[in-house]
This record gives sequence, structure tokens and C-alpha cells, in this order.
Amino acid sequence: MTDPSKSPNGGWTPRIVAFFCNWCTYTAADLAGVSRLKYSSNIRVIRLMCSGRVDPQFILDAFSRGADGVLIGGCHPNDCHYVEGNYKMLRRFQLLKRMLADLGIEEQRLRLEWISAAEGEKVKRVVNEMTTQIKALGPLGMPEKFRDWDQEVIELAHHVEKSGAAACCCGSAAAPKDSKAEVAHV
Amino acid sequence: MSKPKVAFYWCASCGGCEETVVDLAEDILGVVEKVDIVLWPVAMDFKYKDIESMPDRSIVATLLNGAIRTSEQEEMAVLLRRKSQYLIAYGACAHLGGIPALANQFSREQILKFNYEDCPGMVNERKTRPQLHFEENGCSPHLPEFRNVVRTLDQVVDVDFYIPGCPPTPNLTKAAFDALLSGKLPPKGSVLAPDSALCDECDRKKTKPSDIAFLEFKRPHQALFDPEKCFLAQGVVCMGPATRSGCGAVCTSGNMPCTGCFGPTSRVRDQGAKILSSLCANIGPRDEEGINKVLEGIPDPVGTFYRYGLAKSLLRRKVNLPTSGNGH
Ligand code: SF4
Ligand code: SF4
Ligand code: FES
Repeated sequence: MTDPSKSPNGGWTPRIVAFFCNWCTYTAADLAGVSRLKYSSNIRVIRLMCSGRVDPQFILDAFSRGADGVLIGGCHPNDCHYVEGNYKMLRRFQLLKRMLADLGIEEQRLRLEWISAAEGEKVKRVVNEMTTQIKALGPLGMPEKFRDWDQEVIELAHHVEKSGAAACCCGSAAAPKDSKAEVAHV
Repeated sequence: MSKPKVAFYWCASCGGCEETVVDLAEDILGVVEKVDIVLWPVAMDFKYKDIESMPDRSIVATLLNGAIRTSEQEEMAVLLRRKSQYLIAYGACAHLGGIPALANQFSREQILKFNYEDCPGMVNERKTRPQLHFEENGCSPHLPEFRNVVRTLDQVVDVDFYIPGCPPTPNLTKAAFDALLSGKLPPKGSVLAPDSALCDECDRKKTKPSDIAFLEFKRPHQALFDPEKCFLAQGVVCMGPATRSGCGAVCTSGNMPCTGCFGPTSRVRDQGAKILSSLCANIGPRDEEGINKVLEGIPDPVGTFYRYGLAKSLLRRKVNLPTSGNGH
């Protein structure tokens, strides 16, 4: 399998996970495709019925599995097929972006846009803009960070193994359990 | 026949979990009668080398409380894992990181600097800090390493069961012992508490609003609470909907909102994101300004939603803190 975060010439290129609502933004992205509007190939679109279905856990999960950015697209205010979904998303977004800032994630990595089914052009603009911004920020690289953080535990385990019971009290090395072994539930 | 061997150990914790074991009160006698306690530093004198010399898996169960922050705690976790048939993460800190894991918002350097230089009352002109090795009167002591990251027990070694709570209640502790001693254990990896939300056992559930539009959030020191009405109906953040039951709703019956110490149910991966989702969905205003005004009542979302669970959350830690290697 090829690593999608590598461009053909081997350099890093952003990976953006996009949650698009079925009724507006997904249709717009489709339109952009049909109209041959070129937008950057860095997004991986996940279609949901409504932006109100975007559980904040999906967003954190995407980041923790290697997304450099998350884009959410929904219907304009008053246009949500389920009436309230986009307002729910907006409210969650307001607090989530503050919380992510407290956790050290740059603001540009999470973006919410209202894009109607007719706005293929907007999909193109938003995606290209976000790709440029995230390119400037560089990778978020959570999976690499987790590995880096746990290096200290692995080092001790190796050290213990090498020195046997002499310096430390324990023998068998324990690699930290892969936190991703657990699936995200909703 | 010899009695089954049991060990209690503590890592980065406050001592409250140890209290719970003592709080078993007369029940503890029943437990003590049936088991042979081979390690319990808070109450009895044992040496680590006694544990080292035991055959592997000769301890039936080790109940380990506290998060893992130092190299010594890691070593003990690994040792006790090897010597025990069942390793049980006891209490919120071993289970989820607990209060100590709130330190995952700060770097090791920030923490050491504050504690050895800047904190009120500190007099340390030479800015002395603990060293891993030093010479003193011809001895060269070796101190444990303070790690960059606070971890849950299962981020260091394999864990069989979890007993939740800050601290766990005596009932749950007793039930866990009964299960262990009778061999009636649930599947490996289970949290030994009901898998439903706290609201299910809260007396205030009758008044929990099915449809609510928050116009403000009040913090516990900002209001006098109605002793019977659901906290959400009073505009107070209650973690109940995103928290596992099993404590008997002790906080809400004591007129305080739940702060989430039992962690999430099995269907939720990230407790903080879950409660954020459900609270925010029910905010009244629809415009950014109005929404943000309401959200001013939650000035510290990380400390509120991940009070006990930051280490176990999807991001685990403030993501842009330095780490690499051992930091020395
Ligand atoms: S007070 Fe809290 S735990 Fe009780 S019903 Fe309301 S939200 Fe649930
Ligand atoms: S009410 Fe919440 S915070 Fe209080 S003991 Fe129960 S789970 Fe923990
Ligand atoms: S259906 Fe598009 S945002 Fe709800």
C-alpha cells in the first residue's frame, strides 16, 4: 500500500479528513468533480447524512490516526435537511476548537464551512485554502508523536531486558499497548 | 491448602484508593481471612526483593492504584505484572490517568521549574533539582526518573481488569474480591462496574430534561443547587450522561454534580468529546456570538471534561509539548 501522506516525489503532503453532509456539501463536492473544478487531492471525504452527525469523537479519532486537518461541511443555516443538525455542529465546533487550542492543536487544522449543493466552486476554494494553510503548518503527526512519547517506556523495557535483574527489579519487557487497538465507539 | 496471594501497590496517587480498601471495614476481615497479602506498602512492611524472589504468576491478583509517572513505577508495574495472574487497575488514576494526568497539559520542565523554583514558599537559591545519580557521603544513590508523560497502567503493561472510581467504592471492591475468589470473572479487559450511564442510578433522573436549551452554564461555586432537580436542568455541567454508573450516584445525592471519575461506558471511546457533544448540542442560541456567550460558563473544557481521563483520551496529552527521549 502506498502511504497517502507522501507525494509522488516522496515529500510530505497534508492529509485532510472531510466530513461532508449528504444533502449539501457532498453534492457540491460531486458537482465540483463533474464540472472538472480541480481541487487538491489531499482530502479524503467521508459522507454523513448531516453535519449534526459529526460526533466530536470522529474528529479527535481522525487527528489521532494521522489526519493533519479536519474539514466539516454542512448546509447553510436554515437549510439543514434535519432542521437543527448544522446548529448542533456549530455549537460543538465553537467549544471543540477552543478545547483543541488548549491541547496545542492549531486553529487552522479544524474548519467548519457551510457549502450548498450548488457551490462546487466553494468546495474547491476551501479545500485548496486549507491545504495551503496546513502545508505551511507542517504535519500534525499524532501517530509519530505517540511513538515518540512512548519511547521512554520502551527504553526502560530494553534496558531492563539487557541488564537482567542486576540493575532493575524486573525482567520481561513490556511494550506499551497500542492505544489504537481500541476502536472508536459512538 | 495455602491461601491465594494478593498484592496492593500504589504509584502516582493520593492515597484515597488505599483508604477504600480500609473502608471495607469489617468486610476486610473476611477478605484478609481468605487471602494472604504479600505486598501492601501503605499498611505493612515488605521488601521489593521479597516480590522479586517469588515465582512468576504466584500472586493471584495485584490491585495497583495510581497513574504511572516515574521509572520506578514502571518497573514495579512490570514486575507485578509478571508475578501476578491478574493485574487489576484499581481506581481512576490507574484506569484513566486520574487527577495526576492533568499534568499532561504541561511539560516536564514546566512542572519541575514550578515545583523547585517558582511555587509560593519555595526557597531554593541554588535551584537544586532532584538528580538521577549523585554522591553523598561516599554513597551514590539512584533516584527514579520523572517521565515526560503521565500514563495509565494499561499504557505500560497488559491489564486484566479495571475497578473504576476516585476512589472506587467499597461495594465495588468487595464485589471484585468475591468475583476473584469465586473465579466468576467477566471477560478480560472488563471494567468491573455496570455498563450503563450514571443517570440510570441517579435519583434526579426524573427531572432530567429531554429537551433543553442552555442559556448559561453555572459552576458549582456560583449557585446554590436545588437538591432534587437534575443538574442539567439547573444549567450546571454534570458528567453523568457520559460516565459509567456503579458509584451509587454519591456525588449527585450529596448535591454536587458528577465530575466523571468512573470514566466512560464501553460504547464511548473519549469521555470528554462525548459530553462536549451532548452539552453543546443543547445550547440555546444559534449564532456564534450567542453560543460563545453561553460557553463562557465552561472556561476550562480540558479540566472539566477530562478531569480524570486525559491520559486515556484520544489525544492523551497536549500535543505540542516537547518530549523526545528521557529529557536528561
Ligand atoms: S444530575 Fe447528572 S447524573 Fe443525575 S440525571 Fe442529571 S445529568 Fe444524570
Ligand atoms: S457521581 Fe461521578 S464523580 Fe461522583 S463518584 Fe460517581 S462517577 Fe465519580
Ligand atoms: S443535512 Fe446538511 S447539515 Fe444537516
